[in-house]
Amino acid sequence: MSLISVSDVSFAYTASRPILDKVSFSIEPGETIGLVGESGSGKTTLLRLLLGLARPDSGSISFDGAPLEPGDSAFMRHYRRQAQVVFQDPYSSLDPRQTIYSIIAEPLKSLKIPGNHAKLVAEALDHVGLPADVASRYPHQFSGGQRQRIAIARAIVPGPRLLLADEAVSALDLTTKVRIVELLARLSSTMSLLFVSHDIAVVAALCKRVVILEKGRIVEAGETANILKSPQHPYTQRLLASVPRLTLNEAQS
Amino acid sequence: MSLLKVENLSVHAGSKALVSNLSFNLEKGERLGLIGESGSGKSLTSLAVTGLLPSGIIPTGSVHLAGQEIIGTPDRQLDRLRGTAAAIVFQEPLTALDPLMRVGRQIAEPLARRARRDGKPLDSHALALNVNSLLTEVALGEHERVARSYPHELSGGQRQRVAIAMALACRPDLLIADEPTTALDVTTQAEILALLDRLVRDRNMALLFISHDLPVVANNVSKIIVLRQGEAVEAGAVEEVFTRPRHDYTRSLLTAARQFDAALEATP
Repeated sequence: MSLISVSDVSFAYTASRPILDKVSFSIEPGETIGLVGESGSGKTTLLRLLLGLARPDSGSISFDGAPLEPGDSAFMRHYRRQAQVVFQDPYSSLDPRQTIYSIIAEPLKSLKIPGNHAKLVAEALDHVGLPADVASRYPHQFSGGQRQRIAIARAIVPGPRLLLADEAVSALDLTTKVRIVELLARLSSTMSLLFVSHDIAVVAALCKRVVILEKGRIVEAGETANILKSPQHPYTQRLLASVPRLTLNEAQS
Repeated sequence: MSLLKVENLSVHAGSKALVSNLSFNLEKGERLGLIGESGSGKSLTSLAVTGLLPSGIIPTGSVHLAGQEIIGTPDRQLDRLRGTAAAIVFQEPLTALDPLMRVGRQIAEPLARRARRDGKPLDSHALALNVNSLLTEVALGEHERVARSYPHELSGGQRQRVAIAMALACRPDLLIADEPTTALDVTTQAEILALLDRLVRDRNMALLFISHDLPVVANNVSKIIVLRQGEAVEAGAVEEVFTRPRHDYTRSLLTAARQFDAALEATP
């Protein structure tokens, strides 16, 4: 059974302009899947639906076979523990007035997860490659890459089965980006990962399967290697041709 | 005489050096890439070159732009160089454009000022024609609608085209592009890069291209300088630096970029 199954989901904020149009895909247990789209593709809206922050106008989303029910608080608490999110900008997603410990322990508290919180936080820090003594410090004392590690530690601390990453490496420097991608690849061996990004190169480095979204529609989906080799849809072709490469143009080199 | 000659440029905030001993030359029509990650001092360098550093941030050394020393020269004297000797396109067109002014008027303003300064003031009809031809040059269609729009009514790519049109208005010899495509979608980025490439060639401008993104710069400049924490760790022709990097930091940047290139080629 799929971990997440999205079927025929449509959504619009205003009736005249649909944001998502009959979107269907699934995330299998343990799978790393990329969702690629540019501004206006509907990727953020799709993520909101997956987080239960909005409800599809039509179609359905189910988790582990059970339909996602944003109104059912018991279900949502269970779901929050299973599905966690990492956002793009670690500067705005971490509360500047909380210590790193309180930030990472927050989901344990709010989701009422029993157990030794100090131990769970220490383990999460270890998983993301940060030393235990960062716990007493504050977000402003860390670089962008370290902050993103902290945000990832907060997401994995409740032991989710699904990690939703929304442009999680887009705000980072190139060398930092490589290291965070490596970290996500390592984590993905123990959980499913939906990696949402406009950057198909990063998706190619991380995801076996990819879904390409344009203006609220899935234009192409499948094995990343196949799509890179022979993109079928004109939009995918344009997207791939647009990615800047290090290889110099024949004309110049 | 070089169009831009930077000698031993250092930039300090208090006792902290943000840029240290940077030197480079830029001739007419030449293209230089300034590459660095956050905190490398690349944007401060572009501001120092145009005398736009915020107060409290102090440059030393020498910057000659079109024969005029920039460092230590009062703002009023630099005004005549700005726009004509050098113009800047910034990363985020939404903050570079005035949100309360129609786009057509924003482009007309530098045009009108330049014409007055040249002693050939333009009437409103001539001004409108000039705005139209700039909009054509940056490949913005539907001139009338675009000119009447406010920035928020345009897409990110269109806004950056408007910002480029404004930069071109005074026919600068040097175009400084500071992360001009970083806030844009990949497909839009490709269009804007192609546009900049064409404009720089057609107008025979020099280009100072500032970016954190090696591959973005790679095909648009002939020389690059790699900055790290305010210091130039590497400089040379693009092919040279890419094929035979001397500094470890350059090597790590290249390795990172190649990793993503390889992922796209699906050659693990």
